[in-house]
Amino acid sequence: MEIVKLTIDDKPVVVEKGTTLLEAAKTIGINIPTLCYMKLEDLNFENKPGGCRICVVEVEGRRNLAPACKTECSEGMVVHSHTVRVVNARRTVMELILSDHPAECLTCAKSGECELQTLAQNLGIREIHYKGEQSRYKGDKSPAIIREMDKCIMCRRCETACNDVQTVGVLSAINRGFEAVVAPAFEMDLDHSVCTYCGQCVAVCPTGALTERDYTWKVIEALVDPNKTVVVQTAPAVRAALGESFGMEPGTLVTGKMVAALRKLGFDYVFDTDFAADLTIMEEGAEILDRLSKHINGDKDVKLPILTSCCPGWVNFLEHHFPEMKDIPSTAKSPQQMFGAIAKSYLAKELDIKRENMVVVSVMPCLAKKYECTREEFSVGGDPDVNMSISTRELAQLIRNANIDFNKLTDEDFDNPLGSSTGASVIFGTTGGVIEAAVRTAYEQFTKLELKKVDFEELRGMEGIRQATIDFNGLPINIGIAHGLGNARKLLEDIKAGKSVFHAIEIMACPGGCIGGGGQPYHHGDVEILKKRQRAIYREDAGKPIRKSHENPYIIKLYEEFLGKPLSDKSHELLHTHYFDKKKRVEIS
Amino acid sequence: MAKYKSHILVCGGTGCRASLGEEIVQNLITALEENNLEQEIQVVRTGCFGFCEKGPVVKMVPDNTFYVQVTPEDANELVLEHVVKGRKVERLLYLDPETKERVSDSKHMGFYKKQIRIALRNCGFINPENIDEYIARDGYSALGKVLVEMTPEDAIKCIKDSGLRGRGGGGFPTGLKWEFTRKAQSSQKYVVCNADEGDPGAFMDRSILEGDPHTVLEAMAICGYCIGADAGLIYIRAEYPLAIQRLKIAIDQARQYGVLGQDIFGTGFNFDVEIRYGAGAFVCGEETALIHSMEGLRGEPTVKPPFPAERGYKDKPTNVNNVETFANIPPIILKGGEWFAAIGTPKSTGTKVFALAGKVNNVGLIEVPMGITLREVIFDIGGGIKGGKKFKAVQTGGPSGGCLTDKHLDIPIDYENLLACGSMMGSGGMIVMDEDDCMVSVAKFYLDFTVEESCGKCAPCRIGNKRLHEMLDKITLGKADEDELTKLRNLANVIKDTSLCGLGQTSPNPVLSTMDNFSDEYLAHVRDGKCPAGQCKALMHYVIDSHLCVGCTLCGRVCPVDAISGEKKTPHAIDSTICIKCGACLEKCKFGAISVQ
Amino acid sequence: MAKVKTLDDLRKMKDELKSRISLRENSDNPESLVQVKVSMATCGIASGAKEIMNYFIEEFDSQNIDAVVTQTGCMGYCYAEPTIEVTLPGEKPLVFGNVTFSKASEIIEKYIKEGELVDGIIPDNYETIE
Ligand SMILES: Cc1cc2nc3c(=O)[nH]c(=O)nc-3n(C[C@H](O)[C@H](O)[C@H](O)COP(=O)(O)O)c2cc1C
Ligand code: SF4
Ligand code: SF4
Ligand code: SF4
Repeated sequence: MEIVKLTIDDKPVVVEKGTTLLEAAKTIGINIPTLCYMKLEDLNFENKPGGCRICVVEVEGRRNLAPACKTECSEGMVVHSHTVRVVNARRTVMELILSDHPAECLTCAKSGECELQTLAQNLGIREIHYKGEQSRYKGDKSPAIIREMDKCIMCRRCETACNDVQTVGVLSAINRGFEAVVAPAFEMDLDHSVCTYCGQCVAVCPTGALTERDYTWKVIEALVDPNKTVVVQTAPAVRAALGESFGMEPGTLVTGKMVAALRKLGFDYVFDTDFAADLTIMEEGAEILDRLSKHINGDKDVKLPILTSCCPGWVNFLEHHFPEMKDIPSTAKSPQQMFGAIAKSYLAKELDIKRENMVVVSVMPCLAKKYECTREEFSVGGDPDVNMSISTRELAQLIRNANIDFNKLTDEDFDNPLGSSTGASVIFGTTGGVIEAAVRTAYEQFTKLELKKVDFEELRGMEGIRQATIDFNGLPINIGIAHGLGNARKLLEDIKAGKSVFHAIEIMACPGGCIGGGGQPYHHGDVEILKKRQRAIYREDAGKPIRKSHENPYIIKLYEEFLGKPLSDKSHELLHTHYFDKKKRVEIS
Repeated sequence: MAKYKSHILVCGGTGCRASLGEEIVQNLITALEENNLEQEIQVVRTGCFGFCEKGPVVKMVPDNTFYVQVTPEDANELVLEHVVKGRKVERLLYLDPETKERVSDSKHMGFYKKQIRIALRNCGFINPENIDEYIARDGYSALGKVLVEMTPEDAIKCIKDSGLRGRGGGGFPTGLKWEFTRKAQSSQKYVVCNADEGDPGAFMDRSILEGDPHTVLEAMAICGYCIGADAGLIYIRAEYPLAIQRLKIAIDQARQYGVLGQDIFGTGFNFDVEIRYGAGAFVCGEETALIHSMEGLRGEPTVKPPFPAERGYKDKPTNVNNVETFANIPPIILKGGEWFAAIGTPKSTGTKVFALAGKVNNVGLIEVPMGITLREVIFDIGGGIKGGKKFKAVQTGGPSGGCLTDKHLDIPIDYENLLACGSMMGSGGMIVMDEDDCMVSVAKFYLDFTVEESCGKCAPCRIGNKRLHEMLDKITLGKADEDELTKLRNLANVIKDTSLCGLGQTSPNPVLSTMDNFSDEYLAHVRDGKCPAGQCKALMHYVIDSHLCVGCTLCGRVCPVDAISGEKKTPHAIDSTICIKCGACLEKCKFGAISVQ
Repeated sequence: MAKVKTLDDLRKMKDELKSRISLRENSDNPESLVQVKVSMATCGIASGAKEIMNYFIEEFDSQNIDAVVTQTGCMGYCYAEPTIEVTLPGEKPLVFGNVTFSKASEIIEKYIKEGELVDGIIPDNYETIE
């Protein structure tokens, strides 16, 4: 390890070679302000175009100021981070950025969470000396994501997320100079592009340029409609993050408070998507076993590996980028849609209400789910199985809007029958969780033995691609896990090339899985937050009395009363779907 | 093959092709055929002669007669008179503006007297589409010499000794750059020729590629040998079709002759060259942006370090040099570094090609030794200011160079001096301005370009230049006060100080240099509401001199907006708040009573 | 197959090709070279000036003499056509009249190569003809 010695603001610093000035300064308690810079350690996300020029510092001997985020320390460097020259430059540049930004803070969706706003305050900008024309771009409202590019500051984080991390390649800088902006090619709308709606761009955008499509008002309208029975389902990752919106430590589990708040908001039934996750495992697990047994019996046509299908971001990716592989994933719907289908059939019957009079709202960490519930195949006679999907952030917004003091709520339990769940379904919220849940069930069903140790540490973690071999009583089952679509792409290319060694692969579009979903409270570049959420998820699992999906009594009951058995005709009708080749559509348009 | 007893060289550069060079060639050939002379006289399309002011140029060899502003219709006369009868066609000879005499030998023209042609040595001399002519002029001998007789270290040393510095703008010592790239560890390296040439008005690189494409190929191969690369890429803007065509021909011929390709000169050295096309964005001339553009990415710069020499094209060590830089390499190898170092000044050796333009009598492409003064360039070579007007300023270095003035005329031109006066060498643009130019408007004009060409990646350049432009606009409209000047200067300095790449780091130069050198003019705009050069329309006022006005009412009747009032036979007056400055009244007044102030 | 396989190939090639553009090279610095101007007006052509001119060109070429041969208009010595003007570097121009092939050969061998005067000089009372 090579060591470099330098001075920053008259303080000596010793760092490893390759350390940037920004990192070096941090070690001695100097926080050089940044704007475009963002690095998510472990998640392959590093955005440092050196474009905002906010982090500039003075390096003796250099003609111009140097960006601290991009400049590596070198021996004997003498650096000044807050001389008059630096501070004046920083403020002037900030004023420039603000001069090309609509000052709509009062009504902006990002207000309070906006990094530009925070920085302007930190730099003490009270006046913009350089006013002038502002750049204007056309707005874009997709079912999931809203782009208001007038607010874009060209930090390029979304581009990094979309290209480097997700390899989707929709967002990139177009135009030049003052007109430069990040947009899909030809400035087309997102819904004409191959966007997967994973929302990772929204998750990293420092400003209000990229936000989710807000359905909170539609929820309120449904809640006040006396003719509607409003049913809500909450995804596993929501409970591990919602507390952050109310100032709680990241990783605080707020399941009970969340349920209480939802009831207070007026939902008629507060159910759990986790229930549907258990159902997913029943169907997906059965499918895995089916393909596996066929494979073992020498069926050459059987498609292996089988891929999970519960993440709609990933499904979109498949349909746009790998349509030729559309018969490989499991046909099981995502838990959100399974829930919707069951709610509007089984539950509606139980409650004796018409499906049109039932409104299903989902609370998701996810923006792709907003799009998913608009898919035609997930509706009956024009009535969607899930009427609308709101994000964790939108739920927080609704709660605040209803004057609920979230932190003071007493825990409450979900309603039944669709509120009961196992530990297996909780871990759907993190990368590796779906496949671990599937293994718990598939193992027992395949080997007919009891699984003593349900924690599969080998499947857990944050590494982008993980693999493990699970011993199914003598039969080694190779499991692959990818989160982040760039990682998924690697495994898919392997499958395409016939090089894949896996029997089953779990794919999640978002880095970290749903805990890092595009609808979660903003992490502002702190990966620790994701890790804390992940630990919370596993904690919740460990604390559950039942930890295998097939042991969920309400699931057992649902099959007995309604579905028959996994992969039955009824199951196929309600719980399975098929995928479309969307590559063509995009090429034509 | 027939032995030609004389050659007619016709400028075939883009400028002259546009001004009918090709037609002249055709007409000459026809006329020669009609006189049965096609076997004896060879018509050669060459590259640019540089004297574009007087183009198209036709040069008769061997009697060295230099015809200027030739039209296709003149071809017949040239053949009948000059070729057949041996009489010079006087009217097509260059007229010396001072002595008022016709000059037939270019060496006696002021325009050529002080020039030394190294980079342009073959331009206007050989047929660029014929490798034989290049070889006849020592072409590929330098490559041969390097491959057969020198180690890469020797050759790099020779370039270092020559003191050659990059002609693309930065002025980085070429030998040193090669050495860095040589030292970078990698099995694959690249040589890139930067032929993006985005400066408006600059055409030295284009002229070299059109007039002598082989020199660039040869130099790239030499560079490849020195740094350990076997692949060369020429990044050229697609708007240079003729240069591209000639490059393609040259590459084909070079491959046929085996001076590109495998086992060159039997030494085991392989090198080949490919052409890559740029869409013509100015910023793509910046080397990191250029590399990204070649990689199929958005053409925008990235922070250096890492320099291309460490991590360039496809992340491999890459040596990027400018066309003109390369054009100097073969002569340096053949004649030695010392020979080159003896030309120019100690720190800026050799020559530099400038595109002389603007309000001088002789616009064109010139190659002069470093250290020559601006005065010599503008007055001796350029033949002084057009129309006998007064010299006001010269802008060097392309759109982001600075405007220099009287007091800089005798400073020897080299990299350091230009920088010290707030301008730069740039790629060698040189635009002369006279007393009619408003310096605020000039600065605004250059900002127009940089605002347009900024890639938009970094905030100070993307937004700052726009604001600079808006502020200059305000000044020319008379809507700014003195405070605006303080803000303008601060902003210009911050943009320079904080921008990511050379574009933003230099784009405020026109503003800062005009503010420094013409502060009175700025003050006149903001304090007195006047444009001393009379260019800023918004600051012009039409006034009627009541002593001269006889009250004929003519002006009042032509004014389209009824800004003029006054009784018959009494002096009239113009209401400047209504006046749209169309000038109609001024033209009509028979008594000279109306003037602009 | 590559035409140029070795550096020697290139050098040979260059020597062969050199003459093709020597005309242009030479015309750039005529002062340092032998200059021959052949009067090529109507009268001159009629009296065989063209052939004489070609003769000079070919001889210079085959003997590797660096010289510039150009044509010029009527020198005003129509009685003595073909006339030529020869300028040796640093010397005053001399005009020769009635130049035949043998005269031409003599001029080359004696005057141009050795600097010896030969017969046929037309006394000069004019500056060089332009
Ligand atoms: C905005 C900008 C535009 C540039 N355009 C060109 C260009 O058109 N041609 C060029 O050779 N160099 C250009 N350069 C300089 C290159 O970045 C680089 O320094 C040069 O190609 C290196 O070659 P040299 O060392 O031979 O000059 C430009 C630089 C900047 C900052
Ligand atoms: S949209 Fe947001 S994330 Fe993307 S470049 Fe603009 S400000 Fe940055
Ligand atoms: S990983 Fe989760 S949050 Fe992200 S797109 Fe998939 S389902 Fe949505
Ligand atoms: S200085 Fe201008 S051209 Fe250069 S990176 Fe910044 S925005 Fe792009």
